[in-house]
Amino acid sequence: MTEKHHIIPIWFFVGFLLLVYGLLILISGLAEWSHPPNTVLANLHAPVWWGGLLVVLGLIYCAKYYPRGQN
Amino acid sequence: MIAMMAAAPTLVHLSAVDLVIIAFYFLLVLAIGFYLKRFANTGEDFFLAGREMTAWVAGLAFVSANLGSLELLGWAGSAYQYGILAAHWYWIGAIPAMVFLGLLMMPFYYICKTHSVPGYLQLRYGPEASGLSAITFAIMTILMSGVNMYAMAVVMKVVLGWDINFSIWISSLTVGIYVAAGGLFSAIFNEVLQFFLIWFGALLIPILGMIETGGWHGMVARIHENFPGQDFTHMWAPMRSFGDNPMGIHWTGIVFGLGAVQAMGYWTTDFLVVQRVLSAKDIRSAKMAPIIGSFFKMAVPLIVIIPGLLARAVLPIHLVPASGLQPGQHSFNEVLPLMLARYCGPGLLGLGITALVAGFMAGMAGNVSAFATVWTYDIYRPFLVKTAPDQHYVSMGRWCTLIGLVISIATAYLVMNFASIMDYVQALFGFFIAPLFGTVLLGMLWKRVTRAAGFWGLLAGTVSSVGMFTLMKLNHYWVSVFALSPKAQALAQDMYQALWSCVTCTVVTVLVTLVTKPRPDHELKGLVYALTEVPREEHTSWLHRPVVWGVAALAILVVLQIIFW
Repeated sequence: MTEKHHIIPIWFFVGFLLLVYGLLILISGLAEWSHPPNTVLANLHAPVWWGGLLVVLGLIYCAKYYPRGQN
Repeated sequence: MIAMMAAAPTLVHLSAVDLVIIAFYFLLVLAIGFYLKRFANTGEDFFLAGREMTAWVAGLAFVSANLGSLELLGWAGSAYQYGILAAHWYWIGAIPAMVFLGLLMMPFYYICKTHSVPGYLQLRYGPEASGLSAITFAIMTILMSGVNMYAMAVVMKVVLGWDINFSIWISSLTVGIYVAAGGLFSAIFNEVLQFFLIWFGALLIPILGMIETGGWHGMVARIHENFPGQDFTHMWAPMRSFGDNPMGIHWTGIVFGLGAVQAMGYWTTDFLVVQRVLSAKDIRSAKMAPIIGSFFKMAVPLIVIIPGLLARAVLPIHLVPASGLQPGQHSFNEVLPLMLARYCGPGLLGLGITALVAGFMAGMAGNVSAFATVWTYDIYRPFLVKTAPDQHYVSMGRWCTLIGLVISIATAYLVMNFASIMDYVQALFGFFIAPLFGTVLLGMLWKRVTRAAGFWGLLAGTVSSVGMFTLMKLNHYWVSVFALSPKAQALAQDMYQALWSCVTCTVVTVLVTLVTKPRPDHELKGLVYALTEVPREEHTSWLHRPVVWGVAALAILVVLQIIFW
């Protein structure tokens, strides 16, 4: 992203955020698998597949934009 | 939204994982702010993020600056209230203006190297028009920042039961630290994070809602069942007359008031959004950024308008206007939190709430960083301290950020005393945007326009807008005069008010121009279309040409209008 400054790309922070949130949501979804919360369509276990999607996207962004030495 | 305070019981209860998700967001943005501080040393770094953002980052920040929680909650509520008509503000009320900004106006802003829109007026017209625009804009940004702050505190109180003072101080402290540290760098980084948070936090609502209702046709059938005889799912068909739609608007109000004036004014001259594009690293990125943003903007109704419509189909309760809220009832503005609570359990709920918090904080950060720039470069430097080292202005920018937040906090507490302040702020924001568009556009396209004409046109447009608003509020008779029908609701009134104020500005500007002396051509190079050589893109492949993507965005817009006609 930068020419004058060697700033860690924003996309790395985005990936890190998605990865952490994905893990938290995925684990929480797995923990409540047998006793899902009292929400509509809880039987679809949205936290598991949504959390999984965030983890995958987060990993892709983190790997692609990991700040390697730039000088 | 203000009246949401009346609803005492909280909508949702957070679990430990939700609190961890919220706390992690605060820690991450503070860490990013401290990290970016080392890069914000010069004026260009602090106020324009070093002018080194790629088209994608500038484009996402551009559209995110308008994707705050105030807009999300407000437009989801409007979708519940007015139906799919609210999507006009995302489509015809945004896409043509964004493409127009990218292809025609951005080259001027970029070539003249201005720091702000009032900065362009300073170069084109001189200090009078620039000063008027800068002062009005500075007041509005601070007011909007305070309203964002208070709205967030109220939402947190209603949704989570948090204390209002706690929310105001914790959010302003966080925003103050990271914007004062990293300037526009921090604001833009946070806006890009917020963009992803809002999408991943809200996208589950339409997905699960469509599964529950059996798709679009199932949703429409349920709405007709719950609200027989009312049309909430067509965009143009119900606008043949004022009485056929819940907004009380005619198609002329949408096409001319919204599409041609209000939207053009907002997206091309509101410095809060234009500042994001000015941070682009080169002119091609500056032209591409709004066009990239237009594709994302077109998709936003999926997470804002569809949840409002789904609420009509699936919620067992009927929501009411905020002004008539009784204990135990919910207002239109609570649609999004209600739908979030309907589908999202622990973890996902934390993500949704964090997205709302991030949206509010990005709204505050955007307004405060724009305020710091306009105050420093368009008021302090031209009128108060004309010659000082660059470091002095950077320090002023940092202090302005903190002072701006303190004033915002005062505004937030002031807002508590005015139940309908939100409506007034929205209208106030329109007071100067529509006439400003007339002033900027005439200045760019017509070299004859004079310094005096720029000032008097802008002043006349603003005064006429305030006058129309006041008359319509004092006596309903004036609604029929200015908004062309007594059935016109507040949003419809705003559109016609914008249209007439822009017409007033244009007429006065032209008349004054004809009786005053123009500036010589050599003073207007780089500022006026006929006297500026805009770099061409003959050597760029067609895939990288902004005009190709601009046309593609407009084509998709037309298809969407036909689908939802």
